[in-house]
Amino acid sequence: MKTKFVTAALGAVLGFAAATTASAGTLDDVKTKGFLQCGSNTGLTGFAQPDTSGNWTGLDVELCRAIAAAIFNDPNKVKFTPLTAKERFTALQSGEVDLLVRNTTWTMSRDTSLGLKFAGVNYYDGQGFMVRKSLNVTSALNLSGASVCVQTGTTTELNLADFFRSKGMKYEPVVFEKSDEVNKAYDSGRCDAFTTDASGLYSERLKMTNPGDHIVLPEIISKEPLGPLVRQGDDAWFNVVKWTLNAMITAEELGVTKANVDEMLNSTNPDIRRLLGKEGKYGEGIGLSNAWGYQIVKHVGNYGESFERTVGQGSPLKIARGVNALWSKGGLMYAPPIR
Amino acid sequence: MAVADGPAAGEAKVVWYNDPVVRGRIFQGLTLSFVVFLTWGIIHNTAVNLQSRNIAQGFGFLSTTAGFDIAQSLIDYPQDADYGRAILVGLVNTILVAVLGVILATIFGFIGGVARLSSNYVVRKLATGYVEIVRNVPLLLQIFFWYFGVLRVLPGPRDSIQPIPGWIFLNNRGLIMPQVTMTKITADAMFYGVLAAIMAIFVLRSVLRKVQERTGYQAPVFLISLGILVAFPAIAYLASGAGVTLTAPTRSTFNISGGTRVIPEFMALLMALAFYTGAFIAEIVRAGILAVSHGQTEAASSLGLKPNNILRLVVVPQALRVIIPPLTSQYLNLTKNSSLAVAVGYPDLVSTGGTVLNQTGQAVEVIAIWMVIYLGTSLTTSAFMNWYNAKMAIRER
Repeated sequence: MKTKFVTAALGAVLGFAAATTASAGTLDDVKTKGFLQCGSNTGLTGFAQPDTSGNWTGLDVELCRAIAAAIFNDPNKVKFTPLTAKERFTALQSGEVDLLVRNTTWTMSRDTSLGLKFAGVNYYDGQGFMVRKSLNVTSALNLSGASVCVQTGTTTELNLADFFRSKGMKYEPVVFEKSDEVNKAYDSGRCDAFTTDASGLYSERLKMTNPGDHIVLPEIISKEPLGPLVRQGDDAWFNVVKWTLNAMITAEELGVTKANVDEMLNSTNPDIRRLLGKEGKYGEGIGLSNAWGYQIVKHVGNYGESFERTVGQGSPLKIARGVNALWSKGGLMYAPPIR
Repeated sequence: MAVADGPAAGEAKVVWYNDPVVRGRIFQGLTLSFVVFLTWGIIHNTAVNLQSRNIAQGFGFLSTTAGFDIAQSLIDYPQDADYGRAILVGLVNTILVAVLGVILATIFGFIGGVARLSSNYVVRKLATGYVEIVRNVPLLLQIFFWYFGVLRVLPGPRDSIQPIPGWIFLNNRGLIMPQVTMTKITADAMFYGVLAAIMAIFVLRSVLRKVQERTGYQAPVFLISLGILVAFPAIAYLASGAGVTLTAPTRSTFNISGGTRVIPEFMALLMALAFYTGAFIAEIVRAGILAVSHGQTEAASSLGLKPNNILRLVVVPQALRVIIPPLTSQYLNLTKNSSLAVAVGYPDLVSTGGTVLNQTGQAVEVIAIWMVIYLGTSLTTSAFMNWYNAKMAIRER
């Protein structure tokens, strides 16, 4: 009896050691699993939020769906793991999620010291402030002495400190872990100002008791390039994520939409033919089928469509394209060519 | 009976592997090496995995500039403070809420426990209601109750409640009181005043005890001590020129600036911890008092002791022996429960440490720091309470 126990325990320890050795690669794991595990926001209108029937919607969510469409030809083979700002990196590092698409700002330290890699930018944002109209504040420079509600563990918290420091102004930070708690605290009057990425402010304003009582101040105090992240050292998986985003941007540039993608299959434009897998073996080059670009556009649409539907004019947020327009239209969205 | 107990003398020696002593040693050795192997395995595995995932390791990050602000800091937290300092600020905040929480919970607990045994119907039922309701509602909900239910409904800064108009403000940003600034002379004088008072009380007590032993006269020791404790610092204060200034808080654009402020996050956490733990302590106190046989009280009163002396000299010392061990557990629980601060945004150790964790991504290191600190505070509390328990234990003469 005793010997058996010791043998079993030793076996368990060895198994424990063996199970942690590196696996084949995330792409193979995802294919074997049959679905993509995507780390998302716990609830941010326009980026990632479950609707009344429990379907996740938003710009970040659609990127996850596009990746699932590229791999499985099915945008619904995604499971979403809602993560707080504090939990997100550990969840990705430990392999709990396959990728993280959660309004995460691309910074140098995150790119270099966390064992993670940013695979592109799907939204260019910047940090702003929201205040009550009744305060009669028109500029962030008038906020000296204010108490400011902010989410902990974000670049926002650091930018906030930098901003007030560099302007020689004082403030009181009131920090919470979840964006909902920040929202509630601001809405109930605990703070004078609410700070987060400008897109987030518009989204949070919709949740206030009286959205009309609040204004977003004009100052944008930081650069916040938001994008998907994967674990470092898995180049094959990194390529899949990076080129799915690039394919969506390329599709917009070429005018390929969800509606016309089938007609476009007959296009003679070589760029379109390469995107849709009619020419070359670009999909196979990243471990997918050659029709990966077609599958993305067919199921999810191009970047512009996704933008308008989730955060743009077709959504309650009505955010203008601004810097998120294509490079050819004065924005920053630019995908390297597929060839 | 005697025969069954192992091999009798003169019997043939058993083979070594059947010797219970040897066998015991072997199995204990095996268990120990298994535990060592397991620990080593976990540490080694973590290190290898972190390395293979390109995650930076080590505690070097603690001396990097933190770059975020903390709402409440008892120690200096300059703009270029490092992550180590931020964690230290959190630790000090945790200790503050834990120490005040322990004191308040003990007061609530003793009042509650004694009140549950009161002969007054209303007092007894009120105490029972408090204990039963508070003990059975999860602590996190109570923190939310105090934060969202009680403190958040206070008016905004512009319509503050002013118990003393112009001096004390109460609003949803906290309790704002005048700032007390002392000149160095007054501060020093009062410090020495308190010191002198404490020494005088010790001397007086031993003198009065001798007087009681010789003459039987009982002086009101407590009242005299209290008088000394108030009078000495007061004399020192006046003699040093009464160098204290109160700066009243003033209204500013957004809030009320100046003065000393107690943030609502702290108040909510402290209230919830004190009431919650107090309810458990009340039950411990009640059990302790009930554990003292009524015969002790009767015996004491037959000796002619006054009721308050019976309580102080006979009942409480015996009750304390029952109370202290479970009380220690409650103190430890309170300290550990203070980590729920993160739910209302009070910058305690877990909250600031969590921010550091997120800004640096050093999960393993930060969690190690948390574990070491909580283990340290728990063991310190435990050691102190064990010492107190030993002091209170029955000493046979």
